[in-house]
Amino acid sequence: MTGAMLAYEHWLASYRRLWRASIVSSILNPILYLAALGVGLGKLVNHGAHPLGVSYVTYVAPGMLVAAGMNIAAFESTWPVMGAIKWTRVYHAMLAAPLRVRDVMIGHQLYFASRVAASTGLYLVALAAFGTLHSPYAVLAWPVAVLAGVAFSAPLAAYAAWAPKDSYLAAVFRFAVVPLFLFSGTFFPVTRLPEGLRQLAYATPLWHGVDLARHLTLGTVTWGMALVHVAYLVAFAAAGLWLAERAYTRKLVR
Amino acid sequence: MTTLAGTRGHLLFERNLMVYRRAWLIIFSGLFEPLFYLFSLGFGLGHFVGRVHGVTYASYIAPALLASSAMNGAIYDATTNVFWKLRYAKVYDAVLATPLGPADVALGETSWAQFRGLLYAAGFIVTAASLGLVHSWWGALALPAAVVVGFGFAGMGIAASTFIRTWQDFDLVQLVQLPMFLFSATFYPLSVYPTALQWVVRFSPLYEAIVLVRSFTLGTVGWTNLVDAGYLVVLGALGIRLARRRMAGLLLT
Amino acid sequence: MPDGGALIHARGLTKRFGPLCAVDAIDFDVRKGEAFGFLGPNGAGKSSTMRMIGCVSPVTDGTLRVLGLDPLTDGPAIRGRLGVVPQMDTLDNELTVRENLVIYGRYFGLSRRELRARADDLLEFVQLEERANDPVEPLSGGMKRRLTIARSLVNDPELLLLDEPTTGLDPQARHVVWDRLFRLKQRGVTLVLTTHYMDEAEQLCDRLVIMHQGRIAEEGSPAELIQRLSTREVVELRFAGDTPPVEGVFDGRVARVEELPDRVLLYTDDGDALVPLAHERLGPQSVLVRRSTLEDVFLRLTGRTLVD
Repeated sequence: MTGAMLAYEHWLASYRRLWRASIVSSILNPILYLAALGVGLGKLVNHGAHPLGVSYVTYVAPGMLVAAGMNIAAFESTWPVMGAIKWTRVYHAMLAAPLRVRDVMIGHQLYFASRVAASTGLYLVALAAFGTLHSPYAVLAWPVAVLAGVAFSAPLAAYAAWAPKDSYLAAVFRFAVVPLFLFSGTFFPVTRLPEGLRQLAYATPLWHGVDLARHLTLGTVTWGMALVHVAYLVAFAAAGLWLAERAYTRKLVR
Repeated sequence: MTTLAGTRGHLLFERNLMVYRRAWLIIFSGLFEPLFYLFSLGFGLGHFVGRVHGVTYASYIAPALLASSAMNGAIYDATTNVFWKLRYAKVYDAVLATPLGPADVALGETSWAQFRGLLYAAGFIVTAASLGLVHSWWGALALPAAVVVGFGFAGMGIAASTFIRTWQDFDLVQLVQLPMFLFSATFYPLSVYPTALQWVVRFSPLYEAIVLVRSFTLGTVGWTNLVDAGYLVVLGALGIRLARRRMAGLLLT
Repeated sequence: MPDGGALIHARGLTKRFGPLCAVDAIDFDVRKGEAFGFLGPNGAGKSSTMRMIGCVSPVTDGTLRVLGLDPLTDGPAIRGRLGVVPQMDTLDNELTVRENLVIYGRYFGLSRRELRARADDLLEFVQLEERANDPVEPLSGGMKRRLTIARSLVNDPELLLLDEPTTGLDPQARHVVWDRLFRLKQRGVTLVLTTHYMDEAEQLCDRLVIMHQGRIAEEGSPAELIQRLSTREVVELRFAGDTPPVEGVFDGRVARVEELPDRVLLYTDDGDALVPLAHERLGPQSVLVRRSTLEDVFLRLTGRTLVD
């Protein structure tokens, strides 16, 4: 584990040069989305009644929280991972020091999780300011967002390590990350989706994260349901880590 | 023997066509993003929105998504790709060793960014029409309108790309682009805003673009649409002019 | 023509970047068919001069005529008749080897049909036929350089500008490049090149100028410069331990003595005559008698301190 901590420290140190720019993409963007779609569009959705049971901004807020975590996790675990293998070759430098492939992989994942935690933590504060948190359990939406983040960063790091070209990464955003953001219960209940797509949505980690976070912020959580969601996310993350270690080994150790 | 400035810009276009002949999938995949938004917000969320300005929510946002994707595509091509070629790939350094000049580069890249935007717009309009979201024959003009939108943003984007120094500066582009996308009466009418804010939004080029395209797809065309189009053309032309001057300064040192 | 038929005619040519004077009022003429070299350390003003000739860098002051035209007003027309090999390769990594030649030729207004044949000839000339359809990125440094040279020839230029054509290449790759450039010279193409390799200048240049701090320090053929600024031969003495005092030992028999940390250089017209004396008086570990090279000239003129 100490090896992984060394790798983790490397990424934290390099983040110190980048944090200013990342504020925009990781915190400001989701707040802008919330203002435009939650508050602005909410005026049309609510029109007097509340067709979703609660005000629209309250409805989308937890969805945006988990989706924001997914976006950061997805971005950080794609181009930077490919870069560390192919362009900057940072991973190779780490392996030249006495670190194992697993340390390199885990260290980077810890960094992704930290990025997600920092952004979603601040974002949760913003959600409170928008008056969208209706239960003390809302604070648990934070670790849920981080866990959902890892459920993305782990398999995506495996994918990025495997991918032969960087156009593969753009494709995963266009055909996975963006559709998930739009269709996994973030903006409207998945029950609105046609049958086949709905089943697909239930299988995505984003839906599990969003659904659990929403029940937590609304205070309607039941522990049985929470357990199912968490178990699903943990399983997804664990499978991702296993795949990532295999993909890293294949690319880095020859 | 003299060569008129800018008359060989089509050769840059030809170069890009050569590159993307192999990478057409990248271009093709760009068709889907606005459609995903249309299905998610228009049809999924639209159910809870009801009618806006007398039409379904999907009909209301379809032209806005078309204009936005024309903007996003043009800006992406004009900033990220041009910046890459300008600072890293040194594509233009090679070009300027030939009879081509900075004006050819600026015009060639703008026309390419627009061509790409045109492809996306065409794909989107055909889909929207087949879903019954185009309410008038004026809708046929939404395509040339998207070209005007693309021109405006490509021109401004190319000018912006000459000011960008590092990849981190792209966050500044985003800082302009995303609020514009979200707040230019894209997802809801201007009347949602307080009056003072409405006046600010009216100056957003994307707002003008959306009004223009929406007038065509909903068949509410009027003379003021010429002002919308004129605004975008002027901004685009100013952008290209500026880009040409800046590129000459950056490349001919 | 007022410039006496020179392909390049420069008088008082100056390039300033703010307070920095990169090229300081230099005069030179390049005649048709010759190979002309700019020799000098980094920062001497070679590349700035080349960029002005290539019409991608406006002249600050003085007169410059390229192919009888003024770069300021006729840039595109001049560039249409030049071939340029820049210091850093500017190949298009998004295109294949062959496509790089074709699109570059298109920039010169050549037709696709013309270019098809031309690309084949050029790839054969630089021995890259087998890589024609490969991407550019994975090519070796030497291959990229050869491709850049092929690209610079696509418009059949009257004048070829090469900025450090072999810097960074391994010895074999350098010799292949030299060989190709030599063939171009035989075909009558006028070459203008910059280099900081003496052997390169000696191999390729009919005439050269040595630049130092933005000025031309010397001008002539390689043989003339050696004759004028050095001796015919140089004797190199190396010692096992510390260098013994050399002062006075060779008085009247050498033109110049230079003491370096690891060796002593004796500049003389008859090296062999000094060898017995050197052995007798100094007991060196090794003695080497060699021809004087441009390197000797160059270091004498610009000094041994690092100019960067």
